[in-house]
Amino acid sequence: MTNKSGRFGQHGGQYIPETLMNAVIELEQAYNFYKNDPAFNRELTALFNEYANRPSRLYYAEKLSKELGGAKIYLKREDLNHTGSHKINNVLGQALLAKKMGKTRLIAETGAGQHGVATATAAALMGMECVVFMGEEDTKRQALNVYRMKLLGADVIPVRTGTATLKDAVSEAMREWTSRIDDTHYCLGSVMGPHPFPSMVRDFQAVISRETKLQIMAKENRLPDMVIACVGGGSNAMGSFYHFINDTEVRLVGCEAAGRGIDTFETAATINTGKLGVFHGMKSYFCQDAYGQIAPVYSISAGLDYPGVGPEHAYLHDIGRAEYVAITDDEAVNAFEYLSRVEGIIPAIESAHAVAYAMKEAPRMDKDQIIVITISGRGDKDCAAIARYRGEDIYE
Amino acid sequence: MSNIQKAFENKKAFIPFITCGDPDMETTEKAVRAMVANGADLIELGIPFSDPTAEGPVIQEANIRALSAGTTTDKVFDLVRRLRKDITVPFVFMTYVNVVFSYGAQRFIATCRETGVDGIILPDLPYEEKEDFLPICKQYGVDLISLIAPTSDHRIAMIAKDADGFIYLVSSLGVTGVRNEIKSDLTSIVKVIRENTDIPCAIGFGISTPEQAGAMSAIADGAIVGSAIIKILAEYGQDAPKHIGDYVRAMKAACNKNI
Repeated sequence: MTNKSGRFGQHGGQYIPETLMNAVIELEQAYNFYKNDPAFNRELTALFNEYANRPSRLYYAEKLSKELGGAKIYLKREDLNHTGSHKINNVLGQALLAKKMGKTRLIAETGAGQHGVATATAAALMGMECVVFMGEEDTKRQALNVYRMKLLGADVIPVRTGTATLKDAVSEAMREWTSRIDDTHYCLGSVMGPHPFPSMVRDFQAVISRETKLQIMAKENRLPDMVIACVGGGSNAMGSFYHFINDTEVRLVGCEAAGRGIDTFETAATINTGKLGVFHGMKSYFCQDAYGQIAPVYSISAGLDYPGVGPEHAYLHDIGRAEYVAITDDEAVNAFEYLSRVEGIIPAIESAHAVAYAMKEAPRMDKDQIIVITISGRGDKDCAAIARYRGEDIYE
Repeated sequence: MSNIQKAFENKKAFIPFITCGDPDMETTEKAVRAMVANGADLIELGIPFSDPTAEGPVIQEANIRALSAGTTTDKVFDLVRRLRKDITVPFVFMTYVNVVFSYGAQRFIATCRETGVDGIILPDLPYEEKEDFLPICKQYGVDLISLIAPTSDHRIAMIAKDADGFIYLVSSLGVTGVRNEIKSDLTSIVKVIRENTDIPCAIGFGISTPEQAGAMSAIADGAIVGSAIIKILAEYGQDAPKHIGDYVRAMKAACNKNI
């Protein structure tokens, strides 16, 4: 879908300082070589299967389906992966690639800490140094994940600039990369940033839809009618959609974080409220003011709390191949509690945004129709925050 | 020859940077006048951006102060209009792609031409993405300044051949900010640049002392200083223009030693 300069329609590109250009060109060349290298792919598949617990289950949520009284709902259980989310898929791919390139140090940004924990995990496994940049606000909200990363041997650098959240952590990781390129790979956590990251991260996450397709064919002997996933930067959604893009009968739905509502300033629903811009290395949609200043965004979900969206999602939106809907904090929290109660599965608050949309759509669909929801991560990390949202003060 | 290239004619250029609107527009205007009165050859006017990924902490904070004070692209153009009533020294804008893109590239560059801004530096616009802006810049006679970094290697010739105005040679890896030592092999980079273009080349990133300015302008055609000036602004606020004037005079004198 991308042409040679890394464009998805008008989106994408490489808007980065000259200092980094040779680094991304070198990365692109290495990636283009290794992605077709059988030995690399064997090694990565072994890591996926033996270390990360793949393939992840496609679970028929029978009770949920019956309660909602419409479509059959399957859950793609990325929450059962090692480290508890889909983030490990991308990180194992990038860490292995970085190692082949002779890099000895991984740097990463993280919001809630899922990508940081995954990166620290891969670095520990592969004997690499690891530095994770995390907004100071987020280090306070996610103290347990900070401890996890340190336990895994990573340095966690609190970022105090700007709004001290995910976008600032990305900016700081980019700054760090410009100062140390020779031995360092920037392990970006989503399908965003300059080319080749959006394509490369998508390819590593595409394992999700590759498996889903085989699993649903085995169970139902047909494709699903709808695939739903949450979208911040958009990596689990891109991975969930990818092998269905050419199956135009499959509706692809990305759920953005509306926060307190898309008619308020406290939102992170980029495609629903943003406009075209250039930031963090890519042309895409961004939440921004009339002068192009990037807007502070808000969502109860730290993993969706980002003012931009991956360029391939922006393109799928432009051509009408995928739909992007906005789910409020309230709807996501309700879905978080509902799935826990009905299926005994506590989803990440990010993934709960996808569940919330299924709760609206499933009852309107026929019993022979099929929805696949990607449960991108597990919700243990969110319990304290959701309790606080409900007015109960518990500590981790 | 463009207005920018005249700033380098028969001399080593001293190029100070200032973030517009830090702490307020009146101070910026006075500081620019003090720079001109003390020998600045070309002035880099920063339009603040919320997330300046090429900047170190000093200029990041200046961006935040300027935006908190209500600075907008339109107010910066108004500042240029006021300065251009009597100042002829070339101005180049230093900002980020999204500031230009969001204003509308055509409208932004046309307004540069109308108000008298001679060039634009966009640190997040590498050679490969220039086509977004270059044709419009050519149309309005506004130079799109190219940057070359210590990591540019085989890209130097390609960038230099197509460069307009002057070349901004980034002295070191990393972001803007004061450095004790500049270690890159700039002499050999400048040599490759010279083999590929006649346009001048100025070095920036990390320069703060007259000794460094002297050394850099001996290698190249000029020295660019940002963070050291922003530090003066952070320290003295509205009283900074006088101190900035003194600083510019000392730095210009150091550059002049290499004529």
